[in-house]
Amino acid sequence: MLGSGFREESIARGIELGARLIGCDSGTTDFGPGPLATGRSQFSREAIRRDTEVILTSACRAGIPVVIGSAGGAGGDLNLSWMHEIVWDIARENGLHFNLALIHAEQSRQSVKQLLAEGRVTPLPPATPLTDEAIDQSLHIVAMMGAEPIMAALDEAQVIVAGRASDAAIYAALPLKAGYDPALCWHAGKILECGAAAVAQRAAPDSMLAVLHGDAFDVMPMREDYRCTTQSIASHTLYENANPIRLAEPSGTLVTQHSRYVAVSDRAVRVSGSVFEPADRYRVKLEGARLAGFSTIVPGGIRDPLILGQLESWLGRLDENLRERLRRTVGDEARYQIEARVYGRNGVMGSLEPRPWVEGHEVMVLWDVISDSQELAHSIATSLSHMAVHNPIPEWHGLISGVAFPFAPSEIDRGPVYEFHLNHLACPDSPTSLFHTELEAV
Amino acid sequence: MRKTLAETAKLIRSKNAGPFWLTFDVMFDDETVYRRVRDQGVLTVEVVSRLYAVPPDQVLLFTVDNALAIKASIPRPQSSGSALDTDVFGGQQYAPLLDLSVELDGPGEAARH
Repeated sequence: MLGSGFREESIARGIELGARLIGCDSGTTDFGPGPLATGRSQFSREAIRRDTEVILTSACRAGIPVVIGSAGGAGGDLNLSWMHEIVWDIARENGLHFNLALIHAEQSRQSVKQLLAEGRVTPLPPATPLTDEAIDQSLHIVAMMGAEPIMAALDEAQVIVAGRASDAAIYAALPLKAGYDPALCWHAGKILECGAAAVAQRAAPDSMLAVLHGDAFDVMPMREDYRCTTQSIASHTLYENANPIRLAEPSGTLVTQHSRYVAVSDRAVRVSGSVFEPADRYRVKLEGARLAGFSTIVPGGIRDPLILGQLESWLGRLDENLRERLRRTVGDEARYQIEARVYGRNGVMGSLEPRPWVEGHEVMVLWDVISDSQELAHSIATSLSHMAVHNPIPEWHGLISGVAFPFAPSEIDRGPVYEFHLNHLACPDSPTSLFHTELEAV
Repeated sequence: MRKTLAETAKLIRSKNAGPFWLTFDVMFDDETVYRRVRDQGVLTVEVVSRLYAVPPDQVLLFTVDNALAIKASIPRPQSSGSALDTDVFGGQQYAPLLDLSVELDGPGEAARH
């Protein structure tokens, strides 16, 4: 990932071996909805700048194209323009000149409504059908481009900064254009998109090279001390995919059922036998984020075994007392949401925890109050912490202090919080119709 | 001799597969052990359904022979990073798989399908 780092000499090594394109994925949903909702990258400007500078200066020296996909963390227009500035800064400071293509992936609410009205939007499991209301709530919506907009941009530009894009398309676009078997292009792209994540034992992120042949491709790490094994490459199709056998792309599905993996050296693996099934209709994924509210959290520890022994009912009584009070002070219950996560019980797994009870001698309760304003969330949290600390149990007679707050003040405002709420496919007029490309001479 | 999945796998992990799915990878470095786990039905749709209290029709399960891996995927209870989410990466959801039990003795090859 752009910003997570790689060795400069690894890029040099790839170029020495004849690399014809440097690709880098710059986006992920791993960090939650924040980067899409706010336009802010998870990685710092400095980290992104350093990686981009190495890539751009190396590519300009070698005269090969660069494709950066899902720019700025999420590939929305704010993310893209942030990345655009960084590219210009680097070019100016290093005296680099190239044609630049910016491919927009952000979709207006109006255009998504239009797609919906035309019956071109379908939910992906576990989503429900899209509504105009959900579209209106979106802060930003992006469509995930396939290879075609990047292929078109490669005709016009040496450096391509793309908004939200299929990770594999970053790498598949150039060989697809050159007429290589789509199965090889997409499978190689799938492996390259996480860089050295597909090696047997990765110490730190780094780069990988794929060399395409007529009916197979070889993949190898650029760091001398890394190794790809047949198993590390075969198992990479498992990583962060729900289905490792059928990997959906806008233009079709990569089927790895009969893929063969053969070692061609102690560090390189040859892949063949994958199949690409063209889709009956071209479909792009839509991603959207909306505001969920404003959050104030309160962490508190409990050590008293008498409270721990009745934690469920203790939390239940607290919740009841608090809600009773809020009915009188706030009124509308739809304005707030209060959750208690209990670390030491099921704080990590929530509803998936098969052992949702306390076994240790202490727990941490992390209360989260989400409301339509920060002020209200904070105000509810202060009532909550005060009621929690004195929430009684029948065994003790008199006022107790039953919660150990590690911080003063105990309430921590988290600001706005967001959620992904679109998980749908759209059928566009053409593979490039949703993705506007801007060209510039840098 | 019986051993746990944690003692026999080289890697057991969980992670988001996009913001709406959670996926589990159980990977082996020994083909015989992988086949025993696969063929004994140690990790099946039913097992995942029971451990995570998810209806069986929502569980995807794959045996990937060339990777010596078994993979399961379930929908996330909440989307990644949303208000009620407890694990933004989905990285700490695999613990219930660790204690599943595997029989390592007996005719492993005969168990091949």
